[in-house]
Amino acid sequence: MAKTLAKPATAGFEEKNDMLVQVAPNPGKGIEVELTSSPVIKQYGKHIVALIEKIAKDAGFSDVKFQVIDKGAWDYTIEARVVAALERGMQA
Amino acid sequence: MFVPGNSPKMINSADTYGADSLMFDIEDAISITEKDTARHLVANALKAMKFHSETVVRINHPTQTPFGIDDLKVILPAKPCMIRLPKVEDVSEVELVAKEIEKVEKENGWEAGTINVIGAIESVKGLYNVREICKHPRMVAIALGAEDFITDLKTQRTKTGIELYYAREAILMAARDAGIQCMDTVFSDVKDMEGFAAEVTRSRDMGFDGKSVIHPKQITEVHRIYTPDDKQIAKSLKILDAFEDSLKNHKGVLNVDGKMIDKPIVARAQRVIDLAKASGVNVEEKRAQA
Repeated sequence: MAKTLAKPATAGFEEKNDMLVQVAPNPGKGIEVELTSSPVIKQYGKHIVALIEKIAKDAGFSDVKFQVIDKGAWDYTIEARVVAALERGMQA
Repeated sequence: MFVPGNSPKMINSADTYGADSLMFDIEDAISITEKDTARHLVANALKAMKFHSETVVRINHPTQTPFGIDDLKVILPAKPCMIRLPKVEDVSEVELVAKEIEKVEKENGWEAGTINVIGAIESVKGLYNVREICKHPRMVAIALGAEDFITDLKTQRTKTGIELYYAREAILMAARDAGIQCMDTVFSDVKDMEGFAAEVTRSRDMGFDGKSVIHPKQITEVHRIYTPDDKQIAKSLKILDAFEDSLKNHKGVLNVDGKMIDKPIVARAQRVIDLAKASGVNVEEKRAQA
């Protein structure tokens, strides 16, 4: 059974090499990622969105809305921030 | 070198400064509202990046705080070289961490002892129990955490370090008795490089194996002070060569430059050479130059 979010939540910071990830329940609408800004959006925008979708699916989520402000985060940071935001969103 | 565990920018560059050991801090450097994000960030960094330096994670205390056990659950599978147990006051706390490590080592098929523990004495109670703490088989090093310790003592840091003299000696002796390493506390005033050098020299002369640092510019200075100079290396090589010769040729009393050489002098010479090698000195080249 897919995991669901109990509430909106955020993780990360708008600082160099970091990423601010906001998650919210998205019932029936699947995983949606809105990459609001990134210094590397042209080069890595698609990669970032695909990575976030994969992390959410691998973590067992099916209906989450992501709003993301990227400040040049490396993949390990993206994963850490996404996982932390989802964990926070699951807490009632 | 301490690295704040919730700063991707600092984690990304941490391995470029030549520290022997990187200590990712998810304890005092992290506010209580960010413990969860920091532990995920450090764990992911350890899994994703190949660090040249030894990796250590300073967790939150597993019984004094509600965060330590969760830290271990997330951090241990990422396989750091060591867990730094802060504010350790009793050997049972080391045992608690050791059991969690053992569980993860078994689950992952890692050799026992893959992850070890460095404890930090930061209270009078911890100091009184330091000998027993050091003797736990998972302990490979002990450190002094001065800021909390002097708060417990109800005093303050001074340039002379008189307030820490007894603690440094006691921790050092416990470490030597247990056969583990001993690390000195941080020097917080990063602008005062002269004071820093004086403190590093003092702790080196006391017998400490190293110094914790909080800024990359302190690393070079610690390495400079801990690296034996050419004169010390040449003298030590001469002693070790003469000792080897005496064993090979069944010589009795050993003299080098008119001075009698006995077992402790040989042991000290060996430590100088070991330290030189650990500092990156090409000892064989020095031998050839002698």
